[in-house]
Amino acid sequence: MNDMRIVERDVDITKNKITARGVQVYYGTNHALKDVDVDILDKTVTAFIGPSGCGKSTFLRCLNRMNDTIDSCRVDGEIKLDGENIYDRKIDPVQLRAKVGMVFQKPNPFPKSIYDNVAYGPKIHGLTRNKAELDEIVEKSLRRAAIWNEVKDRLDSPGTGLSGGQQQRLCIARAVATNPQVLLMDEPCSALDPIATAQVEELIDELREQFSVVIVTHSMQQAARVSQKTAFFHLGNLVEYGETGQIFTNPQDPRTESYITGRIG
Amino acid sequence: MADISNNDAQWSSAHAVANVKRRHRSEMILKGLGLGAISIAFLMLFLLLSSLVSTGYQAFTQTHVQMEFAISPERVKADNPAGGNYRGVVQDAMIAALPGMPEAEARKMASILSNSAQFTLRDRVVADPSLIGDTITLNVPASDPYDQLYKGLIDRETPEQNRRLNDPEIAAFDQLVEAGRISKPINWALITNADSRFPELAGLRGALVGSFYALLTCFLLSFPIGIGAAIYLEEFAPKNKISDIIEININNLAAVPSVVFGLLALAVFLNLFGLQRSAPFVGGMTLALMTLPTIIIATRAALKAVPPSIREAALGLGASRQQVVFQHVLPLAMPGILTGTIIGLAQALGETAPLLLIGMNAFITAAPGSPFDASTALPTQIFIWADSPERGFVSRTSAAILVLLGFLVLMNAIAIFLRNKFERRW
Repeated sequence: MNDMRIVERDVDITKNKITARGVQVYYGTNHALKDVDVDILDKTVTAFIGPSGCGKSTFLRCLNRMNDTIDSCRVDGEIKLDGENIYDRKIDPVQLRAKVGMVFQKPNPFPKSIYDNVAYGPKIHGLTRNKAELDEIVEKSLRRAAIWNEVKDRLDSPGTGLSGGQQQRLCIARAVATNPQVLLMDEPCSALDPIATAQVEELIDELREQFSVVIVTHSMQQAARVSQKTAFFHLGNLVEYGETGQIFTNPQDPRTESYITGRIG
Repeated sequence: MADISNNDAQWSSAHAVANVKRRHRSEMILKGLGLGAISIAFLMLFLLLSSLVSTGYQAFTQTHVQMEFAISPERVKADNPAGGNYRGVVQDAMIAALPGMPEAEARKMASILSNSAQFTLRDRVVADPSLIGDTITLNVPASDPYDQLYKGLIDRETPEQNRRLNDPEIAAFDQLVEAGRISKPINWALITNADSRFPELAGLRGALVGSFYALLTCFLLSFPIGIGAAIYLEEFAPKNKISDIIEININNLAAVPSVVFGLLALAVFLNLFGLQRSAPFVGGMTLALMTLPTIIIATRAALKAVPPSIREAALGLGASRQQVVFQHVLPLAMPGILTGTIIGLAQALGETAPLLLIGMNAFITAAPGSPFDASTALPTQIFIWADSPERGFVSRTSAAILVLLGFLVLMNAIAIFLRNKFERRW
């Protein structure tokens, strides 16, 4: 096993997609995320790692304002997508979420047909003018999610009837169908078996060519396998952020080192 | 943890064996109690149904007498068919049917036939005046005491002065039986007639139509309002003190005795708004007040049961809150909502007290033509019949209860069917 093999780190891109400055998140009185500054690069896979409850998922959900749906949640600070503060009053979270797609921990296809699952996003955003265009988007999205060959003959069967790994790839297809600029993935493989995990990881690497991908993961091996940049969160703090190779081989912070070597977490 | 090695000895010790025995015994007791409870419930159900069926089945048949009515031109004038002496026609027919009996006696025996016979004849002749001079053969219902006699509910051994029918009356009826004029067909009048003073003519049509209109009104009001309120409370309302108070009050409303809703309807709908008394429309509005909390609670529970992952999926794709609710959550919650609604409506169907207060227990002999006509409803009809002194209404009350129970079972079956059909698994 070369689990700790670290993907080639040719981070030649320097354009920032998302810049976060001084982000604070409170759940009621609980200060869940403390003063996080991160620059997320375009067309790069960025992994957030850290022990449970460290705030990595919370931060991910700030990036498409999914935290808005939680009443007790309050976000301070500044998160800019292409230089525009997404917490600005004039930003519509509905539009934002079309630009910043999300894949969840548990595969959650709608209890509708495979076709309708993928077509839903383009439909509500009015991205197509006719059925032919919609068909094209659905096929393209399913191909991008590397599931087209498995489902092309049964687009009308329910998405919930697929296997776990297929369901997750269907969810990825659904997320990419709106042509987002950033794809957020919240532990996308934690409910999958190793083979399905491998397929999804391969897919993430391909998706990097088109999107900026941010992935939250429990598994350090996975972070090492798929990401170019890694951020380590601990107790609501962003402890260390850097190139994946450097984080895993030469961590600067003692807490990062403890986590990587399995002493905390 | 020192005695791990002698675990086996522990399991077989007297203390452990007694402990296991005690646990088994308490399980047996629990099972026995459960079985007992179910048996008692079934016994009660059996008693209820058997008592209803044993008295009610008589009402599903009705004694009829076949008579030949000679429409003589002396009794019914051709220029005024509506004003003819049809009572005389009926008496003539009875005299003819009882040969050997003195004419004055036989004339009195016209009371064997239901009062409706003369009106049926009149309607026939008015519709077709050419019948005057002809003889019409009709199967007319027997009046209530003779119906009871033929069904064996009047004991011939009872001393004459304690009996509803005296000996000559029984003799006359027996003569008709021997002549083969008496039959006991299925009593369709129970469904096709509206209420009547005479048990042999009384039917449930008015009550059925009234209940239908009332339930329709109730459904049309409480379903959209209830779902709307539930969606707002569950999906959009801010979680604060005010929405907590609203929620508590809705739960309390579901527990308010129905008679209170009747008083409210009487005060507001009838006295303040001046709406029509006894109308199924007002009855439906009153029942909607009662059904609303049930529907709101059922809908909220159904909405809550939709997995949050579906909401997140739709939100994450950029669906608005409204799109999430109407395109994903509501369709998935529909089976639960429908089940709750049907159960609420079934409750409303059986509800009596509020309808009594708005006057739906009036004596009304015609089925309502619209929701705004005065009418009764099934439960209030049962109430009226149960109050009536005639013997024939005893079995009709039970029959009406059976009809009501039939509709309730049907509605619950529909609820179960819908739930199973549309239920989705995740």
